[in-house]
Amino acid sequence: MANDTDLLLRRILTDVLGLKPGQADAFTAETGLFGHLPELDSMAVAGLLTEIEDRLGILIEDEDVDGDLLGDYGSLLAFVSARRA
Amino acid sequence: MRHTIEWPCPLPGGGVAREWALDYDGGPARLLIVPALFDEANKLRRFSVEVMRRLSGAGVASVLPDLPGCNESLLPLGAQTPGDWRLAMEGAARHFGCTHVLAMRGGALVAPALPGWHYAPVAGASQLRQMLRARILSAREAGREETQDSLLTLGRESGLDLAGYALGPDFLREFGGMVADGSGVATLTQDLLGGPGLWLRAEPGEDADQADSLAAIIAIALRGEA
Repeated sequence: MANDTDLLLRRILTDVLGLKPGQADAFTAETGLFGHLPELDSMAVAGLLTEIEDRLGILIEDEDVDGDLLGDYGSLLAFVSARRA
Repeated sequence: MRHTIEWPCPLPGGGVAREWALDYDGGPARLLIVPALFDEANKLRRFSVEVMRRLSGAGVASVLPDLPGCNESLLPLGAQTPGDWRLAMEGAARHFGCTHVLAMRGGALVAPALPGWHYAPVAGASQLRQMLRARILSAREAGREETQDSLLTLGRESGLDLAGYALGPDFLREFGGMVADGSGVATLTQDLLGGPGLWLRAEPGEDADQADSLAAIIAIALRGEA
């Protein structure tokens, strides 16, 4: 399940950020997201979260969304994995 | 050939407003393209036009009208309702003699009842939720706490600015409950086009392969009917 989540999450980031195939494979837990990627404004973050909800079948409350959640790839993956568990 | 033309858009209280449409020549079949809504309209505009250009080359005429209050329209967005948009698209279909419809994403919610296609239709609730969330996130960056419930309650009373779109109370009362009526049309899911939907992108983009695929699906189906 965890590997599946990791794979799906990288695919969603690829689609939303328009990354080249394989580029998201290089993301590590420390890869910065919000604040590091200029494309991620509030509309794009809202789109990203909606897409994560739809494809991973989880619900993300607005209260859960803060700078830490999207700070780096590791924290986003940990949050999403916990929700799917 | 591509033209930008004015058309008489019917108004809910009677009368018409002058609106604009992008028009491509072709053969006898004419496709009404109902644009995607709000931010997705910007993300998908170029893709929509790329599909029209390919269809024109394949002998299919198409027209992409503006929704009242959007794009080049001079009408105030805050005065529009989903019903007004449907009336406008029905008027466009009549005026341009459209035989088929291609509705992009949320455009399927206001598309006229013509045979054709809904491309990756999205429910009003999910589009609204995403816009509310964008507003909540940007408010939070500015140090204000808002919630979806409080925003919706306020919006249904007095309207709401969502992600730069000033929507009226009537619009907000109706939109969240809307789902596309897929009867009589083919629903095209994104996986048929072999790539991620361009509305997902943080920046507007284009994808020649996806435009080829969508245009081919439509052109081949119309050739089968002819």
